[in-house]
Amino acid sequence: MSARLTRDNVAKVADLARLNLTDAELERYTEQLGAVLDHAEDVASLDLDGVPPTAHPLPLVNVLREDVVVEGVDRDEVLSQAPSVEDRRFRVPAILGEEP
Amino acid sequence: MTLTHEPIEGEHFVVVSETTGDEWEIVVGLEVHCELATATKLFCGCPNMFGDEPNTNVCPVCLGLPGSLPVLNHNVVELAMRLGRALHCEVEPSVFARKNYFYPDMPKDYQVSQFDQPINVDGWLDLPDGTRVGIERAHIEEDTGKNTHAGGSGRIHGADYSLVDYNRAGVPLVEIVGRPHIRHPEQAKTYIDELRAILLTTGASDAKMEEGSLRVDANVSVRRVGETELGTRCEIKNLNSLRSLGRAIEYEARRQVDLLETGERIKQETRHWDEGAGRTRPGRSKEEAEDYRYFQEPDLVPLAPSAEWIAAIDAGMPPLPAARRDALARASGLVITDTSVVIAVQRDLDALALASIAAGGDGKRVLTHVEHNLSGEGASNLDPAQFAQLVTLELGGQLTATQAKTVLAEMVTSGRAPDVIAAELGFEAMDSSELEGIVDGLIAESPEEWADFCTGDDKKRGKLQGFFTGKIMKATKGQADGKAVAALLESRRAESL
Repeated sequence: MSARLTRDNVAKVADLARLNLTDAELERYTEQLGAVLDHAEDVASLDLDGVPPTAHPLPLVNVLREDVVVEGVDRDEVLSQAPSVEDRRFRVPAILGEEP
Repeated sequence: MTLTHEPIEGEHFVVVSETTGDEWEIVVGLEVHCELATATKLFCGCPNMFGDEPNTNVCPVCLGLPGSLPVLNHNVVELAMRLGRALHCEVEPSVFARKNYFYPDMPKDYQVSQFDQPINVDGWLDLPDGTRVGIERAHIEEDTGKNTHAGGSGRIHGADYSLVDYNRAGVPLVEIVGRPHIRHPEQAKTYIDELRAILLTTGASDAKMEEGSLRVDANVSVRRVGETELGTRCEIKNLNSLRSLGRAIEYEARRQVDLLETGERIKQETRHWDEGAGRTRPGRSKEEAEDYRYFQEPDLVPLAPSAEWIAAIDAGMPPLPAARRDALARASGLVITDTSVVIAVQRDLDALALASIAAGGDGKRVLTHVEHNLSGEGASNLDPAQFAQLVTLELGGQLTATQAKTVLAEMVTSGRAPDVIAAELGFEAMDSSELEGIVDGLIAESPEEWADFCTGDDKKRGKLQGFFTGKIMKATKGQADGKAVAALLESRRAESL
């Protein structure tokens, strides 16, 4: 198990994502995510002095589109694929006082 | 406990606790979200339109469907930079970040925003009262969908389920984070007024609080006068009008002073303003920034506007309210904070006033008419030279203030010259001997009142002055000049003593 990531860390992130994990799952994800962080640590151990932080692998900036309306998708088609619909809106479970 | 506001040296304000007599200072920083006036959303070609049928302006990008990719709207960058430069910000190379949270108003489960590298940083906004409010940043982000809570009590906590409309999801916003330089509820309202004027002038947003295209959150704290450290703040949300903003700040400051004076501590939290109850209530506790797990949005490349682009924005910048007030103050000889100067710019009548002053109209008198006798609409018909002529006739004594107001109204309607209108209405300077005859006649009609006027105390004399002035105005059909009447009454009184 990675020293960088504890079971509690994973439990907290799961909670923020509203994921209900079993003990076995917590164990498994802690190990898997730890391996990802270990890999990042390998990169971080390189001598990166003088290498500017990379925001994006592509050597591009300012990829822009014109402000012109493009046809979207049909509402009935979209709503027909939702698990629950009411009054032309998506119906979702109650929110427990949490909002951005 | 009541709080009273006393300006200290004209720039700071202090609230005095009635319980202890201690002096406290309110410290406010405002965060303003405004929807940009683009044709389409931030990252897709769906219309940016308020009030359409639910879920009609949606596509795979703003619905967060797998495989869709965002592409940044050129006009968003243009408008965000115009606003930033109008607020004297530096435009910096910026990147987009994902703000992760689990809530159905964003189908992606994250909101694309700017975090550690925002587009606009370090600016300021000058208020009409002369206060300079710092702007920490003004960054681009996307708006969320609209939830309607259904079932139960209809409130968030009692709701059984929610209905979501994603028309607003992905609409471009700029969040303007002001520094805590505001010291008074009224000043907070003025800041929003001024920011609205800038948003409208730059065309960045239609800035309608009632439609939610301009939304305000207030960070409020208090500290004892003389302290320099900031107190613990609470963030007040659900401020749907300027009135709510002012009331909420006032309430919250009072609540915090009460707590601190009874030895309690302020808990940093988000509170919701309840307009009906006139109070703030705790909302959810403020999540730590790290709980949003910001990270760079891998689907978008960095934004780095060229120096040429920024220069073009600056070159195309329309005159902003503060500069317009300055120009008008210089031309009229009034101070920049004079109410009539501020109002002339607010009503978009400063160009008319400047032209009339340039045509020879007296600055103070021109602006007095603008403040009291002209509205924004209709006044655009007014010819500046004729407006100047009217003011000159008035100052020359050919028209009384009341007559000038009547003539001005007629000028706005008909666009005709003031001397023509005055002649038509029979407004001619009243001959002084004619006025004397009328006044003497009225004095003779009311000997008792006159005696009281001559010998009574100040209060009685003031009342009777009104009595005689009213009679004279009636007898002259309002043509007598108020100042001449007052002078004549005074000289007759002196003669009779």
